[in-house]
Amino acid sequence: MATPILEIKALQKRFAGLVATNDLSLDVMAGETHAVIGPNGAGKTTLIAQLQGELSPDGGAIFFNGKNITREPAHRRAHLGIARSFQITSIFPQFTVLANVALAVQAQQGHSFRFFGSAWDDSELLGPAREAMDQIGIAHRADIYAEDLSHGERRQLELAMALAMKPQLLLLDEPMAGMGRQEGQRMTQVLANLKKHYAILLVEHDMDAVFALADRISVLVAGRTIATGSPEEIRNDPAVKAAYLGHGG
Amino acid sequence: MPETQPNAGNATGTLLRGAWPAIVCIALLALVPTLSAMFDNPFLIRLFTRVLIFAIVAVALNFVLGFGGLVSMMHAGLFGVGAYVVAILAVHDFDGAPLWIFPGTSNLAITIPLAIVVTALVALLSGAVSLRTSGAYFIMITLAFNQMLYYFFVALQKYGGEDGQQILASLSFAGFDITKRVTFYYVSLAVLVAVMLLFWRLVNSRFGIILRATAQNERRVVALGVSPLRYKLAAFVISGAITGLAGGLWAAGQQFVSPADLSWIRAADFVVMAVLGGMTRVWGAVLGAVVIVLLEALLPNYTQYWQMPFGLIVILIVVYLQGGLAGLFVRDRPTGAH
Amino acid sequence: MSASLFIEQMLNGIQFGVMLFLISAGLTLVFGIMNLINLAHGALFMLGAFLATAFIKWTNNYLLAAVLAMVITAFVGYVLELLVLRRFYSRSHLDQVLVTFGLILVFNDIVRLIWGVVPVQFRLPQAFAGSINLFGDVQYPTFRLLILAVGLLVALGLYYVVVHTRIGMWIRAGASNRPMASALGVDVGLIFSLVFAAGAALAGLAGLMTGSISSVQVGMGDPVLILALVVTVIGGIGSIRGAFVAALMIGIVDTFGRVLLPPALGSMVIFMLMAVILAWRPKGLFPVHA
Repeated sequence: MATPILEIKALQKRFAGLVATNDLSLDVMAGETHAVIGPNGAGKTTLIAQLQGELSPDGGAIFFNGKNITREPAHRRAHLGIARSFQITSIFPQFTVLANVALAVQAQQGHSFRFFGSAWDDSELLGPAREAMDQIGIAHRADIYAEDLSHGERRQLELAMALAMKPQLLLLDEPMAGMGRQEGQRMTQVLANLKKHYAILLVEHDMDAVFALADRISVLVAGRTIATGSPEEIRNDPAVKAAYLGHGG
Repeated sequence: MPETQPNAGNATGTLLRGAWPAIVCIALLALVPTLSAMFDNPFLIRLFTRVLIFAIVAVALNFVLGFGGLVSMMHAGLFGVGAYVVAILAVHDFDGAPLWIFPGTSNLAITIPLAIVVTALVALLSGAVSLRTSGAYFIMITLAFNQMLYYFFVALQKYGGEDGQQILASLSFAGFDITKRVTFYYVSLAVLVAVMLLFWRLVNSRFGIILRATAQNERRVVALGVSPLRYKLAAFVISGAITGLAGGLWAAGQQFVSPADLSWIRAADFVVMAVLGGMTRVWGAVLGAVVIVLLEALLPNYTQYWQMPFGLIVILIVVYLQGGLAGLFVRDRPTGAH
Repeated sequence: MSASLFIEQMLNGIQFGVMLFLISAGLTLVFGIMNLINLAHGALFMLGAFLATAFIKWTNNYLLAAVLAMVITAFVGYVLELLVLRRFYSRSHLDQVLVTFGLILVFNDIVRLIWGVVPVQFRLPQAFAGSINLFGDVQYPTFRLLILAVGLLVALGLYYVVVHTRIGMWIRAGASNRPMASALGVDVGLIFSLVFAAGAALAGLAGLMTGSISSVQVGMGDPVLILALVVTVIGGIGSIRGAFVAALMIGIVDTFGRVLLPPALGSMVIFMLMAVILAWRPKGLFPVHA
């Protein structure tokens, strides 16, 4: 039987009286793409932030490869192999695309207390950076400033940076957000490719993409999972239909 | 010296492109002693020694300000610490009385490195507290630390208190007399050029890139697996150490130190120099230092109330000169990639 | 330290603290609500002191002079906000620091132009010129006691307005959540002007109080400004309660530090206090923004 790479047990998070994560349990198997869907405000981004370490949960535990990481700071989790792409694009606008990705490579390689030698022509950084860019298909934009990219390209850059961290688990927070139909389809293809190499926790509103990519789907409502199962099971689950898909979804 | 980013090929081929204003500026500064002799005007060389030393501080400050996004209002305080280290040791050398158990010395080969180390320690302690906060808190706390250092030296009656301390011992650098006007000028110029090269290497190193990335998007840097605090602190200490070096030079050049060297007005002046010069380039701050020091020297010739036009100029700079002076000369972005 | 000296120093400390609160109140509210670092706040403090001395000479009526000085300082603050500072709310803190630094230089020279560089003497009213017996053997200057009482009264009044009235509620709403406040229908522009003018008036009052017991001179606002920043940071930016607690703390610690410690240490003790508090709570004692 496959072992879970990520295990979430009874996670709790409250904001000033509002329950954002409510006794949530979930796991992601090695090599699996597990999608989390749910209406706005269900607590999906809050969940991702707790997994990445930006927010710290009020209760429950998170295990990564069997190790309890609930209290590990965000930067250490990144080194363990958890990479997040942000819902609202988070890049370095004044660096070129290549520099953005090279920075992710550099961060992955350990400490950066190297004071001399130009990082800009360091093949240890640029090689892996170009590889990650090739995987996502943004290599042709290497020398463009990140602030000059189109929205779709920024989303791709986001992903390339996540890959450059050589992760075992990708936390993707709405990778298709704000994309046009064509861009979205291209991104679905990119993700279908990545799916072969990484375990993925995917939060996404685009149901076509979710049903095309996910091995399993969990439905999140008001901070808790109301159903987990294969795409087929979820499609036919009456509770899910009532709570979520039924409302014109 | 452009702050480069990776490009298709040669980073080194574009090394000096865009840096011509800096090169011209350094070349002009190198001519000052000659001009001073030609016009028989020793004031000129004094004035420009001031320019050089303040430029060192402005370049060091801009490393944390322009590249690290940290608005430090305590660089005058750090400058003063370096200056007082050199002065106090020289006073003890002159009096023959030891400072606690250490004998005083007028040898700059010892006192300048000491000035660097002591200032770095002060920067380490104050940075460790102030960098726990960010944004406006950081500005206010560094300003408070600047004032703390100011009051500390005002209270040191033994070294002149508010009136300051004259250095009567004759200073030397391991036996060489470098305090003669012209020699000292060229030494200061050499130090400035070395400091510019140092920071240019730093901003393009792996370390510098983490610093610049943190200034742009700290949250993302953390998500990439980097804890930024250590890098910010290291940058603050390096910047402080170089500022201490400038302070040591200042004491040696003036043969006088006083709490006025640490005033918060001067701390703000340093920030104005960096901003006016243009924060995205290492050499911008040199232009800022030239303009500000010259303004402060020349305006009082026209009016007793020179601070008013100076203040208005500062306001106009903020409103109208977003890219700084460097942006006027070099319009492309801070990169050699084009 | 004898009991009488202790009482005397404690009164001095409280009086200094109350004065610091008056100048910090405007600073912390302006920062909390408009997100503006206003270094020129110290210039308004100085202006209040100069205006008060001038009006005393002119009217020979202390109450009238104080009121006039405060009103005019408030008006100057109002105009400053409207013409200059309003444009900088959305700019970076760095830009705000530089612009208000430039304003300080301008203000200093204007005051120098009008009143000259020699410190101006503040004439004390005859009725309050002597000293008074407290607790048997403590001699305390009557005028200092008066400004302590006035300062404390104004501080408590301000605290009441901010914490217990409707306009105070708007101000606090603005300090903790600006978009929310404007969504609730609060006229944010009006609140900005009001807070700025009131902050200026209080700074002016603090200035004339300080001027009456030390001397009135150009640049007198600068060191006080930095202490007010320390108070603001310790109290938590935007918090009136924090400013009040921190101001009294700084006033008392500074006063006793200067009496009890060697000078080099005594002058640094409040900054060390700040460092310790911030190492413990980086957002100050009473953080407003969660």
